[in-house]
Amino acid sequence: MPKHSQELIARLEDEALKIRRHLIRMIYQAGSGHPGGSLSATDVIAALYFHVLNVDPKNPSWEDRDRFVLSKGHACPAWYAALAERGFFPIEELDTLRKIGSRLQGHPDMRKTPGVEASTGSEGQGLSVGIGIALAAMLDRRSHRVYVMVGDGENDCGQTWEAAMAASFYKLDNLCAIVDRNLMQLDGPTKHIMSLEPLADKWKAFGWKVLEIDGHNFKEILKAFDKAESVKGKPTVIIARTLKGKGVSFMEGAVGFHGKAPNEEEYEQAMIELGGEP
Amino acid sequence: MNYGTWKKESQRTFWARALLELGRERKDIVVLSADLSTSVKTSVFAKEFPERHFNVGIAEQNMMSIAAGLAASGKTVFASTFAAFGTGRVYDQIRQSIAYPELNVKIVTTHAGITVGGDGATHQIVEDIALMRALPNMTVVVPADAPETYLAIKAVADYVGPVYLRMGRADVPTIASVQDDFELGKATVLRDGDDVTLIGTGVMVSRCLVAADELTKEGIDARVLNMSTIKPLDRDALIKAARETGAVVTAEEHSVTVGMGAAVAMDLAENAHVPMKRVGIPDVFGESGDSDELMEKYGLTAENIIEATHDVMRRKGGAL
Repeated sequence: MPKHSQELIARLEDEALKIRRHLIRMIYQAGSGHPGGSLSATDVIAALYFHVLNVDPKNPSWEDRDRFVLSKGHACPAWYAALAERGFFPIEELDTLRKIGSRLQGHPDMRKTPGVEASTGSEGQGLSVGIGIALAAMLDRRSHRVYVMVGDGENDCGQTWEAAMAASFYKLDNLCAIVDRNLMQLDGPTKHIMSLEPLADKWKAFGWKVLEIDGHNFKEILKAFDKAESVKGKPTVIIARTLKGKGVSFMEGAVGFHGKAPNEEEYEQAMIELGGEP
Repeated sequence: MNYGTWKKESQRTFWARALLELGRERKDIVVLSADLSTSVKTSVFAKEFPERHFNVGIAEQNMMSIAAGLAASGKTVFASTFAAFGTGRVYDQIRQSIAYPELNVKIVTTHAGITVGGDGATHQIVEDIALMRALPNMTVVVPADAPETYLAIKAVADYVGPVYLRMGRADVPTIASVQDDFELGKATVLRDGDDVTLIGTGVMVSRCLVAADELTKEGIDARVLNMSTIKPLDRDALIKAARETGAVVTAEEHSVTVGMGAAVAMDLAENAHVPMKRVGIPDVFGESGDSDELMEKYGLTAENIIEATHDVMRRKGGAL
């Protein structure tokens, strides 16, 4: 019998759909934001918050909680939607995204938003922050795990590789990175801007256990997180092949929706495609 | 003019001692280095507490963000390297990962300013105070001598929040009067006087005291303030001194355009209109040379402070 039941998979798919609808609505209402990279990251984030992470929404600063750091901070609408659906703050609050006085900043602010573990937005820093959290866990002999989602474009950043080198040197098997490999960055396809291949070999060479999966297939996502947890003596990176804009036909693979909100017509179309009410 | 019989001591040695003691007293102290642990003396802590010291190699960006992660998990983190690499090279990491979330990271740097000497301009950062002063949530500390460095390190460890503390490479004259007390955010009056206030920070405090002694011979009674916390600036002490003495001279081993003197000038412009003059490094990069020769060439001597005093006294309409 497979470890992950059809029921669980169906529930995660349902949560992911809810997150997608939330984030499209949030970005539409805000009039700005990053739908493409939020949609590509959604399934992995849904799997984390509705199955993998040991967190307590009633006690967001519980010391033994698992930590998630969204290094690609611009995808935070997906994170906020997952946190709200998980009960960290009221779902109605999602509609305050990017508005003055809101706890939901345009990029994650750990001081404002319950459940947000690190302030990110300037690319390339989140994996290092994750190392710090993982080292603290090691020093305190705590068994919680640290997950860091890195954007595809963040593989351009020197600091990502400084961190990659250090994490394996410190043998941080409590650390798991996920590369949201949507093959795109702001200016266009990664292979045209700054080619990353052979990406898996690079991470392997830096001492990581590398798992390559379809980042929109929950069976593969869950299996990869299980595997990552069983790896000892080194960190694991899950290279999740994803589609930028996943779930909304005209945003899929479209460079134009990296950092642009849908207009009214696009919003209505997107909501229909996601099975929601515009 | 020289410092005669003044004892010179290493700030780095006193910092290392304070850090070691903190390590013994507190399990939450974690130290990060970036391949300069022997130069910045975190090696002393590392020797006794290898499990709480992480040398990340020449990867200062990584170091600062790792520090943030450790602090987010409740650690009191000391991240230490040369001032040039601990500020300019990692400004964005400090800004986003540390200052914005107000995390408990102490950035302690050595080899600041031109007294670095032979290494030259690449290593002689003269704008680090400006960079750190610009950041919201950041506290900026520049101790005047080795004993004050020891006290300041203890004080910043007790304070919760991001701190930038800078020191030089060279041994510095020990000033008897600053040894007893250190309160974060408080300027201390090292010498009373009514004619002019000399405000020094770091290695320039001792120069201010020497200048004040010389000025006595001319009948000028100078007050000397040690402005060891540059942010938040001790506005009360500053305004009080400006009003009581009617003239201010600042002295710092830093670019005169954007450092402590600039901070003082802004406050005086808004709160106390008295003649003032800034002594410091002009808007230029440094160069290789002997520390003392560089201090002279770039205008950082007691004589420069005396000259500046003459200027403000003239404008004040005083004795000169």
